[in-house]
Amino acid sequence: MTDYDIIIIGAGPAGMSAASVAANGGLDVLLLDEQPDAGGQVYRNIKQNETEQNWFGNDYSSGKHLVNAINCNKITKYFNATVWRVEKNKRVIWSHNGESKISAASHIVLATGAQERPFPFPGWTLPGVMTVGSAQILMKSSGIFPKEAVLVGSGPLLYLVATQMIDANCPPKALLETQTLRMMMNSLIHLPKALLNMKSLIKGFMFIQKIKSAGVPRYKSVSRLKAQSSENGSIKFLFLHKGIRRSLTTKLLLIHQGVIPSTEISRSIGVDHSWNKSQLAFQPIIDKWGKTNIDGIYIAGDCAGINGSNAAVLYGKKVATKILYETGKVSFYFYTKQSLCIRTRLFFTNSVRLFLDTIFAVPQEILLPSDETIVCRCEEKTVGEVKLGLNEGICGVRQLKTSIRSGMGLCQGRMCDATIRSIMLHNTSQDDKTILAPKARSPLKPITLGEMSKIKKD
Amino acid sequence: MKPDSKFDTLVKNTKDVNFTLFGEVVTAPKGSTLAAVILSHSGDTFRQTETGALRSAFCMMGVCFECLVEVNGNQNTQSCMILIEDKMVVKRQVGLRQIEICEND
Repeated sequence: MTDYDIIIIGAGPAGMSAASVAANGGLDVLLLDEQPDAGGQVYRNIKQNETEQNWFGNDYSSGKHLVNAINCNKITKYFNATVWRVEKNKRVIWSHNGESKISAASHIVLATGAQERPFPFPGWTLPGVMTVGSAQILMKSSGIFPKEAVLVGSGPLLYLVATQMIDANCPPKALLETQTLRMMMNSLIHLPKALLNMKSLIKGFMFIQKIKSAGVPRYKSVSRLKAQSSENGSIKFLFLHKGIRRSLTTKLLLIHQGVIPSTEISRSIGVDHSWNKSQLAFQPIIDKWGKTNIDGIYIAGDCAGINGSNAAVLYGKKVATKILYETGKVSFYFYTKQSLCIRTRLFFTNSVRLFLDTIFAVPQEILLPSDETIVCRCEEKTVGEVKLGLNEGICGVRQLKTSIRSGMGLCQGRMCDATIRSIMLHNTSQDDKTILAPKARSPLKPITLGEMSKIKKD
Repeated sequence: MKPDSKFDTLVKNTKDVNFTLFGEVVTAPKGSTLAAVILSHSGDTFRQTETGALRSAFCMMGVCFECLVEVNGNQNTQSCMILIEDKMVVKRQVGLRQIEICEND
């Protein structure tokens, strides 16, 4: 017996578009999201910000129709709902207001999106160091803006947030880019294909122009990053620029090094994963319809590989169309016509991806931080401790966890898995293929034993 | 003395919520996450780790578990994932969560 036709986990661009397409086709949908409202991180608080000044640009406003489209009686929505277990037999266990419920469906769509890549350097755990994404969440959800922040790192979001800060009259104190000339050279080979998505390239170019004309000081190809605490809770940030050791003192250091898929749920169910060499992250293996190796489990959006929010909307539509066809809700003609149209649009949207992956490549010092750097924030374990363990014969992530506790904290490896993998790759004779995606186990978010013992059937 | 906030409040909502934050009565707009209110109130840290290191909110989206505080006696609460409520009592979390013995549960 099932309660719904589809359970969709995540109400971001992919989840919202999948939900509205499925509901319009006549399926009963349960849409769950951990945040207080729909939108994901990209369109966070879009409903509330409708009347505010347009600091966030037109791309942000375009999320409004997605949020409106999920107001439909075929979609049951729960926010502040934390999914902590998903089973192969398509049962989802989720916590809401301190109570856990079980819901079952014939199809499950994972649309859990992405998280920012861990960006370890000495001092990245200090109060006053936050992620660029977190600052944008605060701007969107609470109307609070960083004061004279220094932005450091790489990736499209770094430039987007810098322009949003400029528009809100809180420009960054400085912009430090880890991108090197070599990365730019390497990306040139992918430029011709990227030209098929001219709109994104122009957008990026406009960001840079806006930052330049606002007079924000830019330091390019910075390396050997280090943060120290200074008086009054300030951060003294040291870095190497053109061979000279420089430092900047700031209240707030905002860091960003691209995003990686959130794969906790797919890894916990037993979906096969592969290593994406250009994005340096694990991603679930799916077919062109978003189907996984487990019957009835589908994946859409950035949690299956980073392609951005526009692509996520299309992936959500594609998965929902496939499920509509499989459940006999739409004709073969409609299904093929729709999917051809979606796949064409995806081809153009995604044509810029390899170029972006290469031009914003992850610098070596982030993949292999210095020994003093904390790698596991929860358990306060350094790179040196992990290396020592590996040199003493520890094999694999699991032994590493039980021996030195790295990855055993509350975040369950979300903030260290990526770095630990690259340290393992460097310190052992293993190659890319022999290091498998680390296991994830339920409960995927900490819940109390008391709550677990009182689970109700939804 | 507590340090100044590292953020500027540009959007002010009118509906206010009163609650206790680190021993001080605070008024903040309805619908804000607790972590956002802590950040805009002062530059103070959120918690102390087991070794005594100070930490503040980091990712603001429920991933990093750095913004843990004690809310109405519940330790290990992710302040970025909950909205503020009237009469809430928020305390700084020191060290790991303590095991408590509940007679009713």
